[in-house]
Amino acid sequence: MITLADLEKIKSENNFKENLRRKKNHYRIIVGMATCGITAGAKEVYDALEHEISLSGLKNVEIGEVGCIGECALEPIVEIYNSKGTRTTYCKVKPEDAERIINRHIQKGFVVEELLLVKNKKAGKVE
Amino acid sequence: MIRFQVVICEGNACHCAGSAHLKEEFVKKIKAYHLEDSVSIFSNACFGFCDKGPVIIVYPDCVVYASLKPEDIDEICQKHLIKGKVVNRLVLGDITPEEEQKVIEYQEANFHIKQERSVLKNTGIINPKNIKEYISRGGYFGLYKALKEMTPEQVIEEITKSGLRGRGGGGFPTGLKWKLARNNKGDVKYIICNADEGDPGAFMDRAVLEGDPHVVIEGMITAGYAIGATQGYIYCRAEYPLAVERMNHAIKQAYEYELLGENLFGSGFTFNLEVRLGAGAFVCGEETALMASIEGERGMPRNKPPYPAESGLWNKPTVINNVETLANIPRIMRKGSEWFASIGTEKSKGTKVFALGGKINNTGLVEIPMGTKLREVIYNIGGGIPNGKKFKAVQTGGPSGGCLTEKHLDASIDYDTLIKLGSMMGSGGMIVMDEDNCMVDVARFYLEFTVDESCGKCTPCREGTKRMLEILEKITRGAGTIKDLETLTSLAHSIKDSALCGLGQSAPNPILSTLEHFKDEYIAHVVDKKCPAGVCKALIKYYINDDCIGCGKCERNCPVEAISGTIREKHVINTDVCLKCGACALVCPTHAIVTQ
Repeated sequence: MITLADLEKIKSENNFKENLRRKKNHYRIIVGMATCGITAGAKEVYDALEHEISLSGLKNVEIGEVGCIGECALEPIVEIYNSKGTRTTYCKVKPEDAERIINRHIQKGFVVEELLLVKNKKAGKVE
Repeated sequence: MIRFQVVICEGNACHCAGSAHLKEEFVKKIKAYHLEDSVSIFSNACFGFCDKGPVIIVYPDCVVYASLKPEDIDEICQKHLIKGKVVNRLVLGDITPEEEQKVIEYQEANFHIKQERSVLKNTGIINPKNIKEYISRGGYFGLYKALKEMTPEQVIEEITKSGLRGRGGGGFPTGLKWKLARNNKGDVKYIICNADEGDPGAFMDRAVLEGDPHVVIEGMITAGYAIGATQGYIYCRAEYPLAVERMNHAIKQAYEYELLGENLFGSGFTFNLEVRLGAGAFVCGEETALMASIEGERGMPRNKPPYPAESGLWNKPTVINNVETLANIPRIMRKGSEWFASIGTEKSKGTKVFALGGKINNTGLVEIPMGTKLREVIYNIGGGIPNGKKFKAVQTGGPSGGCLTEKHLDASIDYDTLIKLGSMMGSGGMIVMDEDNCMVDVARFYLEFTVDESCGKCTPCREGTKRMLEILEKITRGAGTIKDLETLTSLAHSIKDSALCGLGQSAPNPILSTLEHFKDEYIAHVVDKKCPAGVCKALIKYYINDDCIGCGKCERNCPVEAISGTIREKHVINTDVCLKCGACALVCPTHAIVTQ
């Protein structure tokens, strides 16, 4: 039988932001893989990222799939959390962008500007 | 190689505080220090530190500098961008990790700013296939509280106090629904999750099922405990294969963690859960038809009363809740009814997820507190209408709802206001239309949908919707008369009054609401025989205006040889032969081919 203590234990062990902070210089990459993302090609992007990670032999990266982020028009979306808990959102990512993302963002610590969500999104204004 | 990225806030407040000068100064200094290759500068939407503006962020260190003056730039360049040392003097003071996170979230553009993520708190953040990640975000703690610390009556009381209303569209108070089912005697009771989301353009439930399936499971167990049901069904449409797969996976995991099954948390409460598939009939979203479908019967509605709470699935007391309703439950249990009741308006509490679609820049899912202005959703969050077109109407509630127009832009989005304006909340589809949409055609589209989806059991819906569609088609063909509009209105009202279930009763809504707000467009169709938006093919004519340079491209591309003319002279379209396919207009280099 599962108890409250078990729940608490799972909770404290699986808080990904805490885990990233503890491990220092770690990254969590997530790919939006709901129907909208997969249709736009998220599976291919996920595979490409995984491939790049294994190629470069990086040990400080975890990759996972998540549901819909809500920006369906800008899928496939890739988000990266760093150890500080900072989140960077990339949109309209293509499989061939995987190398840039791993190389520049994870290995060198720079944002891949042209893929940033904010750069691709139309800002709203009240008329 | 780029070493630093400088992001300058260009929100209104920072702009007023002089962020534009800052940028000029930066560009100048970077040239002066020959940093072009190692530093890139770009502007961004509001970061949210408006009183500390102008604000910049320097990456990759993620340092926030605030209250900058042009003369500070030199120091930032010399120390930070050349030597890599942070200029402590200018750093935004006392920034906590939460605030730092806030900066980044704000950085993620306006789309997220005005939103309040409660139902969608986990979607897009956690891995839906991993129950541990759900628990790490506080999942199943609300269930523990309900099962171990509260009686079923207290759970119902808590939900009643929160003011939660059904998110499927009708807006029936959830607490009351549970109470009715609780008070009805029965050895067996059922709880059903209605995941048969069928409105054209609505995909909120899919996002929750695919992105955060455990929140639905937790909500269902809580609901089962409250009403005394030990068996739950998730009725999901088969067109959502991924949602079904993730849901089944989540249920399996919940059994493994003993969060489903017998004696949950040692409370003695047992709950089992199963997914049942719908076969693609829209009417099965109606609760009595849904239950018939689960029972293995043909999916057709029956008369109400008796309501499902008295005699539902296999004639046992049953509660049917929408996905989003159930997704709200765990957080209410955890954070308390006061928290929930503090969001929203007096009669509509909490948040609502909408699927923004149609002619809008940022299509996607938005979650907003009830009572948000329509204008904010469309222009702030949605980013306005593409290509500088003019906003015409927004359709809410799918085929059961109606249109809201420009004059309703300042209306607050809640159950009662939308009903008052002749539309409805519906499940949450929001389709935006611009000046290029013909409202008669929009009404025809929805009617076509309901005619297709009518189950055929009751005459008003089976025959009536078909007749209404025929009249609308006649109008779009240009054969309509003023008399037809009268027939349409009276037919609509009688179907509304006499149809058996919600599908038929609400089917005339798109017609009635477009007739009310866009009467002139109907008149243009029947009297002037013109389609102002240029959509109804039978009523438009293509012609070539004086911009024609006589290149002959249109002539070569016309599939029926309706265009003639000599080279370098204005060409003409023979409207008797023209198919109105629009191929000529597409290829015309001077956009000289227009519709009338």
